[in-house]
Amino acid sequence: MNKNVLLYSAILIFGLAAPFVFPAFKVQLSILCVLIVLAITWNIQGGEMGYNTFGNILFYGLGMYLCASVQVGMFFPLAEWTESGGEKTFVHTPTQFFQGMAAGLVVAAIVPTIVAGLIGYAILGLRGHYFAICTLGLGVAAGEISGGIEIIGAGQGFTTPPFPNVGGLEARGEFFYFLSFGALVLTFIAVRAIYSTRFRLILNAIRDNEDKAEAMGIETMKYKIIGWMVSAFFCGLAGGIMGGLVGYIDSTDVAFDGREMGVFMVLMAILGGKGTLWGPIIGATVFHIFKEGFWTFFLGWQYVALGVLIVVIVIYFPEGIMGWLREKYPERFGEVVDEADRKAQVELK
Amino acid sequence: MDFMVFQYPMITVQACLDGILLGILFALIAYGMALQWGVMNIINIAQGDLVILGGYIAYFMYLYGIHPAWGVIVSPIIMYFVGVGIYKLVINKVVDRDLFISILATFGISILFMQLMNFAFGADVVLANSGYGTTFLFDSAVVLPNSKIFSAFVSIVFAIGLVIYMKKSKLGRAIRATAQNARAAKILGVDTEKVYAATFGLNAALCGVAGALISITFTIHPYMGLPYTIRSFMIVIVAGLGNLPGVAMSGMGLGVFEEFADYILGTEFRIGSVFLLLVLILVYRRFKLSRKREYLK
Repeated sequence: MNKNVLLYSAILIFGLAAPFVFPAFKVQLSILCVLIVLAITWNIQGGEMGYNTFGNILFYGLGMYLCASVQVGMFFPLAEWTESGGEKTFVHTPTQFFQGMAAGLVVAAIVPTIVAGLIGYAILGLRGHYFAICTLGLGVAAGEISGGIEIIGAGQGFTTPPFPNVGGLEARGEFFYFLSFGALVLTFIAVRAIYSTRFRLILNAIRDNEDKAEAMGIETMKYKIIGWMVSAFFCGLAGGIMGGLVGYIDSTDVAFDGREMGVFMVLMAILGGKGTLWGPIIGATVFHIFKEGFWTFFLGWQYVALGVLIVVIVIYFPEGIMGWLREKYPERFGEVVDEADRKAQVELK
Repeated sequence: MDFMVFQYPMITVQACLDGILLGILFALIAYGMALQWGVMNIINIAQGDLVILGGYIAYFMYLYGIHPAWGVIVSPIIMYFVGVGIYKLVINKVVDRDLFISILATFGISILFMQLMNFAFGADVVLANSGYGTTFLFDSAVVLPNSKIFSAFVSIVFAIGLVIYMKKSKLGRAIRATAQNARAAKILGVDTEKVYAATFGLNAALCGVAGALISITFTIHPYMGLPYTIRSFMIVIVAGLGNLPGVAMSGMGLGVFEEFADYILGTEFRIGSVFLLLVLILVYRRFKLSRKREYLK
C-alpha cells in the first residue's frame, strides 16, 4: 500500500511538472494522455469483457464533432461557421471559449454514452468476429455519413474555434495538456475504482464463458451495456479534447479515423497486455514513443511500418508486455510459484 | 433526396441491370471469401486489397499496350503466388488461433497493402479502358457498357469453372475434405498445410480475376479495398457458408441495393449505406436468433 501511494504521487508529480520540464513536447504529451485514455477504454471492452471492438472510434469521433459543434453553436450560427471554413468572421472571447469548451466536453461525454446505451442492446448480442466486423462497419459508416452532412462541414472539414489570446504563446499548449492530463487522471481513478468492484469479475466471467455466466444468474446483457457505456463516456471525452487540440476535424481522417486511431486503440492495449490495469498505459506510452520515432524518421513509410507492426505484435506478441512480465516474474503479481514445477515446465519447453 | 427513380421507370430498369451485373462481380469475390472462411476459418480483411492489387496488374498491362482483358488470365496467376506468399508468411501462424487475432493480422496486411500500393501506383483513381463500346436498350433509355456485360460473363465462367474444379480434381476434393474435418483429413493422408496454402492462393486468384474485371468496368484506387471486404462478408453471412446459389443471389441483391442507394440518397452516401446495411443485417439476424436463445456462430 505504501509503495502504491509513493508510485502514484511520483507519477502525479511527474505529470504536473512535465509541461514545464519538457516545454517542447507539450503537444506530444497531451496526445499521449489522450492515447492512454483511449487504450484504457478499449481495454474495458476488449480486454476485460472479451468483446473485441473496432467501433469505439464511433464514440471518439462523435465526441469530437459534438464538442466543437457545441462550442461554436452556443454563440454563433453553426452552419455559417462551417461554411466560412474557419475564416475569422466570428471570434470567441476567452470567456465564451472556455464556457463553450466546458459545455462541449460535458455533451461530448454524455451523448456517446447514451448512444452506446441505445445501440448496445442490438450490437452486443453479437459475438466474436461478428461483433468485431459489425463494429468495424459501424465506425466506417459513421465516417462516411458524417462526411456527407453539410452542417458539420461535410467533406471540407470543420475548424474548431482558435484558442483565445490570453496568457501568452505557451498558454494553449498548457491548457490542453492539463485538460488531457485531467481526463487521464479522471479515467484512471474511475477505471481503478470500477476494477476493484464485483463489476470487473462479472466482465471477466462474460469474457471467459458468457453462457455459463448467464447460467449463474448474471444478467450479462445489462453488464455488457454498462461496460460499453463506461467505455463510450471516456472515449467521447478524449475525442472532444483531441478535437480542440488538433484544431481541425475531418470526417474520415481525424474524427472517424478507423485506419489510424481505431487501430491504435486496439494495438496499444494488446501491446501493453489485455485485461490488466497498467497494460494499456504502458502499451500506449511505448507505442507513442515508437510511433513518433517512425513518423519522424520514416516519413511516408509510417503506414507500411504500422501494418508490419500490427502483424508482428499480433503474431509474436499477443500477450503484451504485462503478459510477458507476468510469465517472467510471476511472484511480483502475487502468484504462488512452485519452483520445482516451474523448472519442470522450462525443461519441457 | 432525389425521386427521379419514381418519375422515370427506365431509371429503375437501368439501376436493376447495373446492380445485377455489379452483383455478379461481388458474388465472385464473396465466393473466395466463403472458400477460405469455410476451409480455414479465417476472415480476411485484406480481401478487398487483394482485389485492388489484381486490378492494378490489369491496369499495368493496359499501360504497356496489352489489352486489359488479358488481365483476367494473367492477374490470377500472379495473385495465386501472392496469396501463397501471404499464407506462408503470416496466415499459417494465425490459422488455428483465436479469430480476433486473424482479423487483426489481416487488418495489418490490409493497411500494409493499401500503403504499398499507394507508393507503387500513386493515389490517383485509375481505369483501364477496354474500348468495348456500349449497348443501348429500349430506345437508348438504358445504357449498358459492354465491359460490364463482359465482366459478368467472365465472372460466371470462372465461378462455374471453380465449382467443377472443386468437385472433380484431387486438390478440390482435398480442400472439401479439410473443410469438413481437418483432423480426419490429416489422418487420411491429406497434407492440410498444403491445402490451406492452395485455398488461400485460390482465393487470391479469384480476387485477381475480380480485380482485373473491376479495373475494366469501374475504377480502382489504393484505398478502395475495405468496402469490397465488407461487401463480400455481408454476402457470405446472408447466404451462409457453402451455399453457392445463395451467394450469387445475395450478391446481385446487394448490387441492386447499392445502385438504388446511389440514385436515391446520392453518391456520397453509397459506401456509408453499404456499411450501415451490414450493421442492420447483423442486428436483424441477432434478434431473429435470440428468439430461440441462440447467437451467430
